[in-house]
Amino acid sequence: MSYIPHTREDIAHMLQALGLQSVDELFEDARGVLPPGDVPQLPHTSEFELRRQLWDMARLNGRPDQTPCFRGAGAYEHYIPAAVSHIVGRGEFLTAYTPYQAEVSQGTLQAMYEYQTMVCELMGMEVANASMYDGASALAEAALMAMRVTGRRRLLVSEAVHPAWVEVVKTYTANVEPEIVRVPLRDGVTTPDALSPLLDDDAAAVIVQNPNFLGLIEPIRELGAIVSGHPALYVVAAYPIALGLLASPGEAGADIAVGEGQPLGIPLSYGGPYLGLFATKMAHVRQMPGRLSGRAYDAAGRRGYVMTLQAREQHIRRERATSNICSNQALCALAATVYLALLGPEGFRSVAEHSYAIAHELADRLCALPGCSLAYRQPFFNEFVLNLPVPAEDVERELWDRGIISGLPLGRWWPGGGQQMLFCATEIITEAAIHRLVAAMEEALP
Amino acid sequence: MTAHPDGRTIFEKGRSGRRTRYLEDRPSPPSLAALPEGLRRQTPPALPQVTEGEVVRHYTNLARKNWAVDVGFYPLGSCTMKYNPRIGEQVAAWPEFSAAHPLRPIRAAQGWLRLLHETERMLSRLCGVARFTLQPAAGAQGELCGMLMIRRYHVDRGERRNTVIVPDSAHGTNPATAALAGFRTVTCPSSPEGMVDLRALRGLLNDDVAGIMLTNPNTLGIFEREIREVCQLVHEVGGLAYYDGANFNALAGRFRPGDMGFDVVHLNLHKTFSTPHGGGGPGSGPVGVVEALEPYLPLPLVRKGPEEFELEDDRPKSIGRLNAFGGNALVVLRAYTYLRQLGTEGLREVSAAAVLAANYLKRRLADAYEPSHGGRCMHEFVLSAARQKAHGVRALDIAKRLIDLGFHPPTIYFPLTVPEALMIEPTETETLETLDAFAEAMLQIAREAQETPELLRAAPQSTPVGRLDEVAAAKQLDLRWRPGGKENP
Repeated sequence: MSYIPHTREDIAHMLQALGLQSVDELFEDARGVLPPGDVPQLPHTSEFELRRQLWDMARLNGRPDQTPCFRGAGAYEHYIPAAVSHIVGRGEFLTAYTPYQAEVSQGTLQAMYEYQTMVCELMGMEVANASMYDGASALAEAALMAMRVTGRRRLLVSEAVHPAWVEVVKTYTANVEPEIVRVPLRDGVTTPDALSPLLDDDAAAVIVQNPNFLGLIEPIRELGAIVSGHPALYVVAAYPIALGLLASPGEAGADIAVGEGQPLGIPLSYGGPYLGLFATKMAHVRQMPGRLSGRAYDAAGRRGYVMTLQAREQHIRRERATSNICSNQALCALAATVYLALLGPEGFRSVAEHSYAIAHELADRLCALPGCSLAYRQPFFNEFVLNLPVPAEDVERELWDRGIISGLPLGRWWPGGGQQMLFCATEIITEAAIHRLVAAMEEALP
Repeated sequence: MTAHPDGRTIFEKGRSGRRTRYLEDRPSPPSLAALPEGLRRQTPPALPQVTEGEVVRHYTNLARKNWAVDVGFYPLGSCTMKYNPRIGEQVAAWPEFSAAHPLRPIRAAQGWLRLLHETERMLSRLCGVARFTLQPAAGAQGELCGMLMIRRYHVDRGERRNTVIVPDSAHGTNPATAALAGFRTVTCPSSPEGMVDLRALRGLLNDDVAGIMLTNPNTLGIFEREIREVCQLVHEVGGLAYYDGANFNALAGRFRPGDMGFDVVHLNLHKTFSTPHGGGGPGSGPVGVVEALEPYLPLPLVRKGPEEFELEDDRPKSIGRLNAFGGNALVVLRAYTYLRQLGTEGLREVSAAAVLAANYLKRRLADAYEPSHGGRCMHEFVLSAARQKAHGVRALDIAKRLIDLGFHPPTIYFPLTVPEALMIEPTETETLETLDAFAEAMLQIAREAQETPELLRAAPQSTPVGRLDEVAAAKQLDLRWRPGGKENP
């Protein structure tokens, strides 16, 4: 089953045109210098048999419809209207590649342009690129860009930025060896008082995440007011759904806004493919990484779209490019575009409000359990840290035995988090699911 | 045919107040009143106000303006635009896979972990390396992963090596990645046969060389016959050899980069292992390494424990994380279905058919266009339109005329070492009829270049828009729609 259409006669015809007896002759060069027959034999399987085996494997992951999941921490399940998968599954989008030939790629290019517009609208920014790999790598690219723009190497990073994202920033910037200074928290949030003494004219960027890793809403406007007047760029990582309710990075004065776009119509997918949102001010557009679609016209004055400012990119600029990114997450960007078009401004706000309301109901119910309380008193969006009277990993195990995926045990993620869980709720969490969770928690707790 | 030929955006459709409801409206929750004004959004995002019907129609009409593998022949060199089997799409849509949270308890993800582990083992065996990471989200991120590991390897041995050698025919991502990883790039010229020039390479080698980045077959579609010598020479000065797997479709199931002497290998699952390219992504760029580099692999890694599959995230020498989670798992799943269906035998058929098709096309076109190099090629080949340029016809004009004749153009103006380059990769999944029709079109264009060159310069005529003014677009940047924006400045 290799999807090759050549019949025996076709092969004979091609070989004859080449004056060859056998296809193997085409590999003589390689065979002359490499050991023969060393590739291990992997068996082949019919589509029918493979599908059967895959189904057995899939079931080891549990029944999603019967397994409520109260976990977020950077990946969020929201309801995805059926029309999203219908559009992204169309072969004309699915099986195209980078729109190098604009005249036969207007579908992809216009969708990119619309996506850029929507990201600008969500973020309150002037210009957005056509996507990065995920939120974490988008943040890393933002850090690199801030260092390029400012010519400085100190990064002030809030302690409440997602720990995995900070690790990605460190990986990406390893060669620049930036000085990474963590901005301490007060009651779980980054405060102007904590930032002020650390911020001087040597900083390349101030990086905060909103809501932060602990689910808490950061005072991004006040922080932005402090950063302005310094050379440092203000980088705000936003959870896009929360932007239906919370101040946008642009409203807070951000120079660069990034985010994980997965919540916008992309399934959880065990971690990927996701979607890196990246937006900035027009003043910085030439320092921005990634592809851009721009409006253009043909000789007849017809409107179209092209990839533009390509002189920033690796295929033109090579070692002087703003990033090495080539393939991006175009199809995920299309999914986000369709998702946002389907929701519209009202629907978008409604998802944010539902998530907020259900998470707050959940918090109230869990805090009524003996020994459980909120770890912080700050406002939160749809995630919160719950103190438990017992080790969180024990609770996780007890709940999974009852077919429930609990909040995230924080022991591995947060200092002193051994008896804490990061709970999340979105509009898909039903009253029945909350009821099951609370009942299971009652059994699991002493 | 086309309902909306005008390029109107979704923002120019619909009306204020129009919407489709996906959730029941609910009263604003009392808890919301407690949210301080200073944390709230002031201006709502100006998203389109359209119904689901309008959305589906709008994007369906956009889809119809796209060329794609599902639409027709797409011989875009170095991109391996082969047919993408649909079983992968079907399985990727199963919620048991697609709805799984990346931070689930390990016990709740055993199906996923088993699949990832099996993929990792299969790729390691096919490439002749010790272990793979599936984390890189695309080839370029795989390159970054590989070059950061090479950097760590040298630093661990107390060496600061700053130079990476890249051939002049390399993809742009190679030098861009080397720079991102903190290396200085030096370019190695090609020999007249289109391979790495060994004498020039010797001249570039010294104890500052961290490594070399190579594709094999290279971007000219030529197998590097002296590859073992190249790797050996680099090893002799203490450097490492990096294999860019963009062209692995030519060799899969037959030869292993590990046997050529490479230490680090990346594969593009969206190319060789046939996952859809999605209009530019997502891809997946797993990286394999020989034993000496295993300690540096990024985290997390999947391993088979005594009782169940586990995630490994404590390796002191690891380069760290490349993404928030484990990479593009749903792309890996599609590649897994492809690998399992084909097995080694199927992959050997693939490389045979891909190389045969490329050689056949090259033979059919070699009289009308100047091949970059004579003789046989691997899975792709490069023609120069230098002869046509004498008639005032450029590679770009040939590409645009191909569109009118019903084909996606090849990659053009790459590699940079060939003037007016046309880089053609037919892949193994195209019928002989299609290959012949494409050859006839190319021959017709060669004639037209002599007889009616203006026809080529005016192409394409059959598309929703003609050639777009990219220079003006880059000068008068319009990168997002705005209400009341100016039309055609």
